Amino acid sequence: MKIKLQIKRFNPEKDRAPWWGKYEVDVEPNDRLLDALHEVKWRQDGTLAFRRSCAHGVCGSDAMKINGRNRLACKELVRNLSRTIVVEPLMGFRVLKDLIVDMEPFFKKYRQIHPYLVNEDPEEPGRERLQTPAERSRFEDTTKCILCAACTTACPSFWTNPDYVGPASIVQAHRFIFDSRDRAGAERLHILNESEGVWRCRTVFNCAEACPRGIDVPKAIAEVKRALVFKKI
Amino acid sequence: MYRGGVGQFSYLLHRVTGVGILLFLLVHIADTALICLGPGYYNRIMALYAHPVFKLSEVALFAAVLFHALNGIRVFLVDFWERGTVYHKKLFYLEAIVFFVVMVPVAYKMVGSFVLGSLF
Ligand code: FES
Repeated sequence: MKIKLQIKRFNPEKDRAPWWGKYEVDVEPNDRLLDALHEVKWRQDGTLAFRRSCAHGVCGSDAMKINGRNRLACKELVRNLSRTIVVEPLMGFRVLKDLIVDMEPFFKKYRQIHPYLVNEDPEEPGRERLQTPAERSRFEDTTKCILCAACTTACPSFWTNPDYVGPASIVQAHRFIFDSRDRAGAERLHILNESEGVWRCRTVFNCAEACPRGIDVPKAIAEVKRALVFKKI
Repeated sequence: MYRGGVGQFSYLLHRVTGVGILLFLLVHIADTALICLGPGYYNRIMALYAHPVFKLSEVALFAAVLFHALNGIRVFLVDFWERGTVYHKKLFYLEAIVFFVVMVPVAYKMVGSFVLGSLF
């Protein structure tokens, strides 16, 4: 089947302003949008730039705006999209080239919330830090995040204030705050209570719809807000 | 443009009505302050508000305050009620219903006779 791609192109070294590249490709209905992008890059225009690595929805490198919504190109079948597919880079980041954006600010915020298990208690020799299934299920949902930034760049609060920590970092913080083995929950909550923290969330719900892993992002954010207000984890 | 859903729409309306109410308050402070210059100025400004355009914008002001208040309650519920994030869309539809149920009689009371009178 023939489809048309309309891709927002921009090379800051050459172009004054972004422009639309139009391509026509022949694909199978079960091909993913990523395959169509490869088709363009490999056979029509080698200058097209985009990120991808695993091609199977695991690494989170090919999040982009597809027909106006953030999606992973490797998870969208072309048959579920329109005949003309509009592809743009994620919003709110500096475009490095075409569909590649500068994710450094995103990872900087990610590092701020201490995205690792903190526990200085001495371990019993030969034993792991045990946890009941119930304790584990408390943060099951937020372990699924692949840091693709689809949620954060779908958020109007983030577009208007790039300093906002953003849904992805809150999800990551949630994953450790509600982990019974972790000891730095209070510290993370303190960070998220700052003016650029969790209160910038205006319950827009774009993040929930954008997450390619189906994480209930607004629920995680609301749980963090409630933990702050009711002082209870 | 990002193709968001109900949440993005209500967020936008919340912002617009918020800014609108703020502008009104600023104007309102200014016109009320005119009393300091004497009743003459104040009364002349107040007479201006009887103009149909202002009458209609009073309805718009009421609508903005009503929406902003109802949506504020909804946002509060989404944040602090445990099931809030599950029912956020339903809450919005409920909000829309309440909005119209209140708005129709109020608008009728405020400008009904004046609008109908000009029609017939
Ligand atoms: S390429 Fe790895 S998530 Fe799509």
